[in-house]
Amino acid sequence: MQRSFERPQTLEQAIGLLEKHGDAARPLAGGTDLLVQMRAGLLRPAVLVDLKGIEELMSLELGADEVVIGAAHSTASLRENADLVALFPGLLEAAELIGSEQIQGRASLGGNLCNGSPAADTGPALAVVQAVCEIAGPNGRRTLPVAEFLTGPGATALGVGEILVSLRISRPPARAADAYLRFIPRTEMDIAVVGAGAWVRLEADGSCAEARLSLGAVGPTVLPVALDALVGGPIDDAALATAGEAASAAARPIDDKRGTIAYRRQVSGVLARRALRIAADRAAQRS
Amino acid sequence: MAEDRKYRWVGTRPIRHDGVDKVTGRANYGADFALPGMLWGKILRSPHAHARILRIDTSRAEAMEGVKAVATAADLPEQRPGGATDLSNNILARDKVLYHGHAVAAVAAITAEIAAQALDEIEIEYEALAPVLSLDAALADDAPILDTARRARGMDDTGPTNIAARVDFSRGEPDQAFASCDVVLERSYETQTVHQGYIEPHACVADTKADGLVEIWCSTQGTFTVRSLTADVLGLDKSRVKVTPSEIGGGFGGKTTVYLEPVAALLSRQSGRPVKMVMSRDEVFRATGPAAASRIELKVGATQQGQLVAATARLWMEAGAFPGSPVQAAAMTILAPYKLDHLFIEGFDVVVTKPKVAAYRAPGAPQAAFAMESLLDELAQQLKIDPIDLRLANAVAAGDQLPYGPRYKTIGMKETLEAARDHPHYSAPLGENQGRGIALGFWFNNGLNSSAEVYLTEDGTAVVVTGNPDIGGSRASMAILCAEELGIDVMKVRPIVADTETAGYTDVTGGSRVTFATGWAVVNACRVIIEDLRRRAAQIWECDLEQVAFDDGRCLPVEGSGLSHDPLSVAEIARKMGSTGGPINGQAQLSARGAGPGFATHLCDVEVDPETGHVDVIRYTAIQDAGRAIHPAYVEGQMQGGAVQGIGWALNEEYLFDDEGRMENASFLDYRMPVASDLPMIDTVIVEVPNPIHPYGVRGVGETPIVPPLAAVANAVKHASGVRMQSLPISPPRLLAALQEQAAE
Repeated sequence: MQRSFERPQTLEQAIGLLEKHGDAARPLAGGTDLLVQMRAGLLRPAVLVDLKGIEELMSLELGADEVVIGAAHSTASLRENADLVALFPGLLEAAELIGSEQIQGRASLGGNLCNGSPAADTGPALAVVQAVCEIAGPNGRRTLPVAEFLTGPGATALGVGEILVSLRISRPPARAADAYLRFIPRTEMDIAVVGAGAWVRLEADGSCAEARLSLGAVGPTVLPVALDALVGGPIDDAALATAGEAASAAARPIDDKRGTIAYRRQVSGVLARRALRIAADRAAQRS
Repeated sequence: MAEDRKYRWVGTRPIRHDGVDKVTGRANYGADFALPGMLWGKILRSPHAHARILRIDTSRAEAMEGVKAVATAADLPEQRPGGATDLSNNILARDKVLYHGHAVAAVAAITAEIAAQALDEIEIEYEALAPVLSLDAALADDAPILDTARRARGMDDTGPTNIAARVDFSRGEPDQAFASCDVVLERSYETQTVHQGYIEPHACVADTKADGLVEIWCSTQGTFTVRSLTADVLGLDKSRVKVTPSEIGGGFGGKTTVYLEPVAALLSRQSGRPVKMVMSRDEVFRATGPAAASRIELKVGATQQGQLVAATARLWMEAGAFPGSPVQAAAMTILAPYKLDHLFIEGFDVVVTKPKVAAYRAPGAPQAAFAMESLLDELAQQLKIDPIDLRLANAVAAGDQLPYGPRYKTIGMKETLEAARDHPHYSAPLGENQGRGIALGFWFNNGLNSSAEVYLTEDGTAVVVTGNPDIGGSRASMAILCAEELGIDVMKVRPIVADTETAGYTDVTGGSRVTFATGWAVVNACRVIIEDLRRRAAQIWECDLEQVAFDDGRCLPVEGSGLSHDPLSVAEIARKMGSTGGPINGQAQLSARGAGPGFATHLCDVEVDPETGHVDVIRYTAIQDAGRAIHPAYVEGQMQGGAVQGIGWALNEEYLFDDEGRMENASFLDYRMPVASDLPMIDTVIVEVPNPIHPYGVRGVGETPIVPPLAAVANAVKHASGVRMQSLPISPPRLLAALQEQAAE
């Protein structure tokens, strides 16, 4: 099979190529998933469209109101931005878990999202900070919340010719912070058995103003867990136990080589409690 | 006899002679070799775990442009009875496929991509049969039989069976002796299929010449093994096959047989061109030899004071598709470290529809020690005796008899236990959810056949030629031994790993034998040179040979000989080689006996997360008798590597199969070996109880360190969490389930 490799310099060119070749083309960011799938014979795209020549996908802007992260910006580079790490420690914890040190020179938040894995670490972490996906395509631009961008295992809301350009995240308000934890049997080089993103905003008196929790690897996409019961009260052991039970109840895991249903359900509750605790402690330090 | 003298090089840590090439990326590994006109070979593998092959049609693949050869088992010679039948059938399946991934056909083409496409064009009709994926399934009354013609060795005719062999060892009257015991523990232990996990996949290039001579370049632990097995499978004289080793990226026993080499040679013969074959990681997991899954039923009786009285053990091990699990070695080792007047051990080799097992570092011993060392830990706890004291009280020593007959000579078992007891690790405080485990390991070590040549250069430096691929720093050890003998600088010795036509016959790099046996051959070859140097000095000084001594690199007059010559250095005599009889070479060969068993005691601290079942190894100390450490850094490296592999075996490693017998985790992502960040520094203590038979007191060190960790980890988990895990791996879901079961009781 004849393969071609394209490296467009503008979004319009890239969209044109993807639209023209349809299913035969695959967009390439860091390639840390795509190349592995090609080597395993799971995908044999005739045209690879490298997006790393397009400035908007490689950019990083820390604006007054929001942060815009280019979809193909490498996670290694994100981690080196101290301001970004200070703003979204949880999101960067998730980014740091994607692949080894070497892989992180190529891997990106956008690539990890577009791969559509239910176990992706970025999904829950981006969902709890209410990141918005900026999408460009043949019909112009549109935006979607991350939770709506992910539609199922290996599937996203991207249509033919559409490209995830960037992720937009509002700067956190006062006394708010995020956290991300995942469980793996090892310490790295592994895929989440359960992932939990948490976000907490506290009132001036330390009680819970807002709490968000999203789980990864225990459902077909990122699973939000409603924590309304926490609002107005202290984030103490009892509140965390309630949240843990809600997480275990919300989890809809499958049995596979990486974990059993019972195990994942249980660990969902454990990680939920622990991630919320970390987020709350961080939020308290921001008052 | 081991000589007690002060050494200049033995026990030092020079940089390895092959080190610069390796750290600069220039060293050539199996997949690095290429020849002009070379083709790429690929293997078509079975999609079934168990099936009869009804028909193979390769015509469409053969007709493809760029395809130069297609081979099946029909192209291999029939093996005579007692020949390499199983090996041949493993390399290319003949009538049946016996595991998912079993090789069925092979293609050579001008590119790897065309070869891969050609595999899709080979048509095979199978009659699928029920897979046999566990010991229970294999031993069931109505089990599908892998080979209906096979009968169990060592048993009365059982009819068709999946038991390939039975072994037993006995002493005294264990059943009666149990009655006199104060305590009798009877437990069952299980381990799963695990892989050695060497980083470098199998790779080779084979070139079959027009006259039928076969040349092979490959990554292997044994060039002479590859020569022998390839010749057997292809029906060639051994002198018709030449094997040149590449550098080797790990083997741990897994590269002591052949998978690709005979196939590549066959494709090369068919195409008239060299053929290169490289396995993917997926193929390495599915189709090379893992270590055997096991079940062990163990019963041990003791007095209230902690004296072991009697033991019985029944062991079953999975051989995979063809006979040959290490159950005999497991049976020989399980009770070997302890004095027992009454014992009975029975082992069964069982075939299942999984890849044929291969050697893995102390084959059979880790599984056996997991059972015995777990049970002793429980016994110590029950009797309220310190677990090290319990082992010391029952430890074998010189003169004690092994379960399989021979008597121990000088060994270092007690010394490693005492070193563990006295180590600060053993008395260090532990925190919440933390626990400490100890376990002992025994391994035979091996000697086997080795050759060595030492060539002196005309400036008095030396080249050492041996035939053992260097898998653990053995070049440096060979150079140290040569430097010590000849009294020359260790960095002026060049140690070479040679091909099968340059080195004399040498058995595989395995059995922890290279520094012991091949090193001994190097010592003997150096001593041939020393005799020659003395003879030349006598010639120069015009005196008798008896009047010339050799010490620290110089010939000098024997004290009291009345001679007053200045000493002659090796270099001075070497420069005069032309006038004193010609080149100065030493050659030696031996079948080394008396390897001297290795003993190790490991200390392991873990912390258990009671909410997730995750086990974190927080401190680990490996203590081992090395006899004498020639290059201590590489001895420590072996101890650390063995410990880490054992920790992986204990915690997360296992082959996962679906109901159809397909391996579900054939990648390093999901076959969860430990990564560096999972582990603490593995501390090491080398104990030296010299092996009395070896000129430098060497014992093998490579295998023993994988024996204790399985039980050391399991014992630590018990003391951290209260749960005794008798089935490995202690993966988080399994441990959490056990913790919850305990909480419910």
